[in-house]
Amino acid sequence: MRNKGRVLAAASAVFALAVTAACGSGDDTPKTQEVKPEFNAALTSVFNPSDKPGGTLKMAISSDWDSVDPGDTYYGLSWNLVRLYGRSLVMFKPVPGSGSSELVPDLADSLGVPSDGGKTWTYKLRAGVKFEDGTPITSKDVKYGVMRSMDKEVLVNGYTYFNDTLALEADYKGPFKDKAADTKAIETPDDQTIVFHLKQAFGGFDYFAMLPATVPVPAAKDTGVKYKEHVVASGPYMFDTYEAGKGFTLKRNPNWDKATDPNRKALPDAYDVKIGLNADDIDNQLISGDLHVDIAGTGVQPAALPKVLQNNDIKAYADNPAVARLWYTSINPKVAPFDKKECREAVMYAMDRTSYQAAFGGEFAGGQIATSIMPPQIPGYAPTDIYPAGADKKGDLDKAKAALQACGKPDGFDVTMGFRAERPKEKATAEAFQQALARVGIKVTLKGFPTGDYFSLYAGKPSYRNSPSTGLGLMTNGWGADWNDGFGFLSQIVDSRVIRDSGGSSNLSVMLPEVDALIDQAVAETDVKKREALWAQVDKRVMEEAVILPGVWAKALTLRGKGATNVFVNEAFGQYDYLSMGVAQ
Amino acid sequence: MAGPAGLECPAGPAAQAEIVVTFFIRRTIGAVLMLFVVSIATFLIFFGLPRLAGATPETFAARYLSRTADAHAQQVFAEKLGFYDPLWMQYGRWIKAIFVGTDYDYGTGIEHCAAPCFGYSFRTNHAVWTDLLDRMPVTVSLTVGASILWLVTGVGVGVLSALRKGSFFDRAAMTGALAGVSLPPYFTGLMFLYFFSYQFDLTAPGGTYVDFTDNPGEWAYSLILPWITLAMLNAAAYARFTRAGMLDTMGEDFIRTARAKGLHERVVVTKHGLRAALTPIITIFGLDVGLLLGGAILTESTFGLKGLGYFAIDAIGKQDFPQIMGVTMFAAFFVVVANLIVDMLYAVVDPRVRLS
Repeated sequence: MRNKGRVLAAASAVFALAVTAACGSGDDTPKTQEVKPEFNAALTSVFNPSDKPGGTLKMAISSDWDSVDPGDTYYGLSWNLVRLYGRSLVMFKPVPGSGSSELVPDLADSLGVPSDGGKTWTYKLRAGVKFEDGTPITSKDVKYGVMRSMDKEVLVNGYTYFNDTLALEADYKGPFKDKAADTKAIETPDDQTIVFHLKQAFGGFDYFAMLPATVPVPAAKDTGVKYKEHVVASGPYMFDTYEAGKGFTLKRNPNWDKATDPNRKALPDAYDVKIGLNADDIDNQLISGDLHVDIAGTGVQPAALPKVLQNNDIKAYADNPAVARLWYTSINPKVAPFDKKECREAVMYAMDRTSYQAAFGGEFAGGQIATSIMPPQIPGYAPTDIYPAGADKKGDLDKAKAALQACGKPDGFDVTMGFRAERPKEKATAEAFQQALARVGIKVTLKGFPTGDYFSLYAGKPSYRNSPSTGLGLMTNGWGADWNDGFGFLSQIVDSRVIRDSGGSSNLSVMLPEVDALIDQAVAETDVKKREALWAQVDKRVMEEAVILPGVWAKALTLRGKGATNVFVNEAFGQYDYLSMGVAQ
Repeated sequence: MAGPAGLECPAGPAAQAEIVVTFFIRRTIGAVLMLFVVSIATFLIFFGLPRLAGATPETFAARYLSRTADAHAQQVFAEKLGFYDPLWMQYGRWIKAIFVGTDYDYGTGIEHCAAPCFGYSFRTNHAVWTDLLDRMPVTVSLTVGASILWLVTGVGVGVLSALRKGSFFDRAAMTGALAGVSLPPYFTGLMFLYFFSYQFDLTAPGGTYVDFTDNPGEWAYSLILPWITLAMLNAAAYARFTRAGMLDTMGEDFIRTARAKGLHERVVVTKHGLRAALTPIITIFGLDVGLLLGGAILTESTFGLKGLGYFAIDAIGKQDFPQIMGVTMFAAFFVVVANLIVDMLYAVVDPRVRLS
């Protein structure tokens, strides 16, 4: 019996190995030599440069994003990906370093031409651009794309920039409610020209023209919310397969003409995008070379951090890009004693900034200690540090105590801090506040809220956060730029007019008429340098009021998959430029 | 024919058949009632309790919209999804759709959701039932393969351990079983992937699944690690259950009698000992399989398999209530049906059960 048991066990093992061996590895990734890898090699230059086409670029992500429909997506990773199959009027220049913040024409043949003091913007389309079925793309297709994207009751995921700025008629309904709907706010005098009329001057309209909503959509092929199941391509790739929530594959678009497109290399023959892989497994696959890109672009998981940072062979395939994102804490001036500026200043001085950084994962995975709201990569950023936290960045307790004295609370006070309960980093931040502020007598009571309801029901709802009974004095928060520009970063978090009684706004504490006026001034300014200076002024003015405690300017520790060519970080997305990558042959 | 505990067993086959049928009907009605209770409880958890916590029809609707949606968009969506109606009406509409189907206006068209319609996801713009059916082959494949593996290895090891109680094999097997029970699938799964897929290149990487109908060989290749991972967890438990059951049974009088009659030891072990010891194992096996058919959340998430478990966790993460309701009912259905089958099998194996 003993021997039979051993034989059985051995037979099982042999069977298992035989099954696996018989089926083979299934890995057909071409192996090739690549340049010597180095840490941060793709940060400001192209790693493994190549113009060689071919191969399949393998991409994966642990959780799905909103949509692949260009008119219905609000994720940075998605805007990065959309460029593979869609062409917007203008785009960020696909180059490494700060050059990627520059806008260049894509479907249009030049940047927008403003007139009427910045209230009208005109674009001319390139000639010879076609949809995947060979139909020529006209300005009417661009207009239709923008019009459909504005229906937020159907395409719910996108932004409302066009709704908010275009001079739409009061009774405008959009093409989903009325197929014959039209608007004079967007005119198409001929097939190559599109003209946008705005309610008021907007100097940075080219940024709107960069949005995926300006990707052309053929009205006859539009299926509304189901258009995502077959987006009609205008870029170099078209959808081959699409399985909702599981992934998709892209293949070459035979009707894309390189002569009409100076921005795209279109190196791989195909893209294989898998959705829903285990996040830790994605890191392992990147390290082993089974995968080229983690589309999320938010960096490796905590489990992989020590492996990446301590193993030089792995670290050589890592980059540490800065992301235009700020993790911060809103200080609510509507909740006593924060109605007194000095009490808010006490918090600003007392907080240990290093503990904030540690809560978000430290220098590499978390980011740089922030001293103002605008991250350094936003054009116009002016270094400022109004509340210095001491040489060791652990807080200036003397100044904090002096501020408490000035606000009439020398022994400190009690305050409630809200955070998103399912986010360990925000919970750690709240605990860091609790410990740091206790040093000057400020007692912080922590209150976690469901992430999904945080902005809609609690912190984001004025009636809740400002209530004497449920008031939240401190609230963890975070914001990433829609694009690298003062408006793209600041407008949704410091303009008091975005606060809604119904909840949902990210602005939880900034209600300053002076700032609103500065924003209006910056928005209307068409001179880029003057506009950037105004945004820097907005940043400084909000900091002076001590209603936002900046925590960390985010960074991510990302991995370049082995076998990927032409890899570089596009600063506009804070991610690898998915448009430019290739596969080693 | 005196029955156990003083009960009289029926004499005639017709009367016996009637009792069996009555038993089956009774249990089936019980199962349906259980599903009904589960449906009410699930509905109240997701649509009733949030209201007590202050949620309004608009805030329900806001879950389906982006944060930029204004109050008007929220109202329109709340109206469209029927959140202004009383709870009982919303529940009634949901139940009715399961039996007769319904139409959904997804904004740019009407989609008919045929019975059994478990709702419509306004995030994916798919009928939930269609998505559930789409995910089922993955979960069934995972469950069937893993359950065979754990049943064979678990029972086999359990029997051998019982027969060699105190031996090195027994101690090693039980220590291994303890480790198997203790190690969660997300740990063993990731370790297996790391070594077998990425270091030795023997198995498929995470996220790989090939349909059985496309290529049975590739199907097995893509699932071998998830099967082993899931089977390890349960095989360990089954080995311990079987060992304990066998040790009890092998000490019973009827085993001694069988041996005294001169039966071969193999017959004593398999026909008398194992058969008796397996009765509780069948119960657990049925329930485990039922539970897994509702979705092996950890194993599917670890290996990136798009089965019902991944579907459930994804729906919860996105707060897609129709999907959560649908997958909960689907999982409950499997558990209740598995219970029903186990009850019936029990009744066949042990006639006393029919009278209880």
